[in-house]
Amino acid sequence: MEALIKILEELHPDVDFRNEKALIDDKILDSFDIISLITEINEEYGVRIPVDEIVPENFNSAEAIYKLIQKLQDEE
Amino acid sequence: MLFTSYNFILFLIAVFALYYIIPGKYQWILLLAASFVFYSFSGWDNVAYITVTIIVTYLGAVRIGKLYRQQEEWLKENREKLSREEKKAFRERIKSRQKKCLVFCLLFDLGILAVLKYTNFVISNINSTARLFNAGEISFLDIALPLGISFYTFQAVGYLVDVYRGKYPPEENLGKFALFVSFFPQLVQGPISRFDDLGKQLYEGHDFDAKNVSLGIQRILWGFFKKLVIADRIMPVVRTITQDPDTYQGVFVLVGMVFYAVQLYADFTGGIDITIGIAEVLGIRLKENFERPFFSKSTAEYWRRWHITMGTWFRDYVFYPVSISNAMMKISKFSREKFGEKTGKKVPVYLSTVIVWFATGIWHGASWNFVVWGLLNCLVIIVSQELEPFYAWFHNRFNVRGKFLFKLFQVGRTFLLMSAIRILDVYRNVPVTFRMYASVFTKWNLKELFGGALLELGLSRADYFVLLFGIIIMITVSLVQRTGSVREKMYARHEAIRYAAYAGLFIAIIVFGAYGIGYDSNQFIYNQF
Repeated sequence: MEALIKILEELHPDVDFRNEKALIDDKILDSFDIISLITEINEEYGVRIPVDEIVPENFNSAEAIYKLIQKLQDEE
Repeated sequence: MLFTSYNFILFLIAVFALYYIIPGKYQWILLLAASFVFYSFSGWDNVAYITVTIIVTYLGAVRIGKLYRQQEEWLKENREKLSREEKKAFRERIKSRQKKCLVFCLLFDLGILAVLKYTNFVISNINSTARLFNAGEISFLDIALPLGISFYTFQAVGYLVDVYRGKYPPEENLGKFALFVSFFPQLVQGPISRFDDLGKQLYEGHDFDAKNVSLGIQRILWGFFKKLVIADRIMPVVRTITQDPDTYQGVFVLVGMVFYAVQLYADFTGGIDITIGIAEVLGIRLKENFERPFFSKSTAEYWRRWHITMGTWFRDYVFYPVSISNAMMKISKFSREKFGEKTGKKVPVYLSTVIVWFATGIWHGASWNFVVWGLLNCLVIIVSQELEPFYAWFHNRFNVRGKFLFKLFQVGRTFLLMSAIRILDVYRNVPVTFRMYASVFTKWNLKELFGGALLELGLSRADYFVLLFGIIIMITVSLVQRTGSVREKMYARHEAIRYAAYAGLFIAIIVFGAYGIGYDSNQFIYNQF
């Protein structure tokens, strides 16, 4: 989780990623950020987030993103 | 049958009346019949094209859905017997069969669009090249582009990809699916709807609701106002300036840009207002396609607020899949190693952005004007992304963020930039457009505008007053809209004020609409894309 928060903070240093729950709905992360994030996650955790998982529910909070990573790790 | 024709209004009244007379469970059949009647006015060959797209997409989706069900049943039956690896291998086998089916249908649907839309463009490029070598020429194909093909094809493709991604099961009823693709209000210029949003609404019955009907009719009237009072009236100026680039240069180019921006906005949003209004009368809520785009403070923001359903379509079905594809991941790795972490990271994102904007450009029209238009938008977005550190420095240094005048500057800058790029729609070709851009700087003479020149562009003094009146109303409505729906606000007002406003709008359309003898309004600009 800490590594993920670090990745997110590098994208937007001014956002409180531990508490923010509407990263997509409040338009904090845009499509450029999503792609950077997916590439970084691939590097850090070795999982490929497939395109059908790019839905707001999976990216609205750091917690949701982390859950997605764990789910994908389990499936591998 | 244009939205602004008398025939269409009669057609609408008939559909509305029948819709609420028949039982709810048959309403979708009426809408399907109405959609095909509407579309048949544009020619029977067009009906054939859309029918083929509907059938192929329907069959493809049903096949993909069936494979899913088989997979789930088989995995359920053999859950105990299989190892993790065996289950994974089975899933991959099914996925590969689904993928073959998806690719075939995509090639088919997009192939029809490509052949009809781009064949003559390709031929004209081959001919231009052949002329350089004094070779012979190929003759053009005699094909007309079916009305709305770019929109309904995208809607069908989006549905198919969603079914493939397992977002929802396919629609098993061919008639119901046909209605989703051909729903007449949105057939010719969008919005590009998603099946999980629109499908259910189309098939369930709707009871008559006086408020819905009243709000819907208001929205339709508002659309007519924008189209007839503003867009069609301003058009002659744009036409005069852009069709005679040898005469109209310098300051006139700027006038052309601003007027075309207003025309396109009033035309396209007017058309979408009519579409959404018709759906609302039928009890169906379509997605909004605009969010006051001219109030945007940057190009990226503008594109999130203009033609939203097209932007999100390209994002979900082109940008995301391209930028996280295997090939792009490899490029990402390679560029990181080659150019370092910071620059390397940006390569895949920017490369995907270029691909998306090239596709967006060519989707709008088969000509170099649109390709250049797309790439210029892309350039502006990438440059502003690269300027982020400068903006950060600027805002640290000068405390202007959020200040009214600075916001006004940002909005004005974005408006002018977008208008300048958009004028590529209407000039003859790319070199002429760039020559005109240059003339703004080299032949600028503000005095030319006064002394009667404005009155020689195809509009009289009275026309300008009507336009000014229309534009003021349009801007006022946009300003009020920032805090919620104008129609809902009106609905809360006293009946007398409300009806006076409706009557005023209706009379304004009749009195100030741009009509002539035998007038049948102009084609909507986006119908041609």
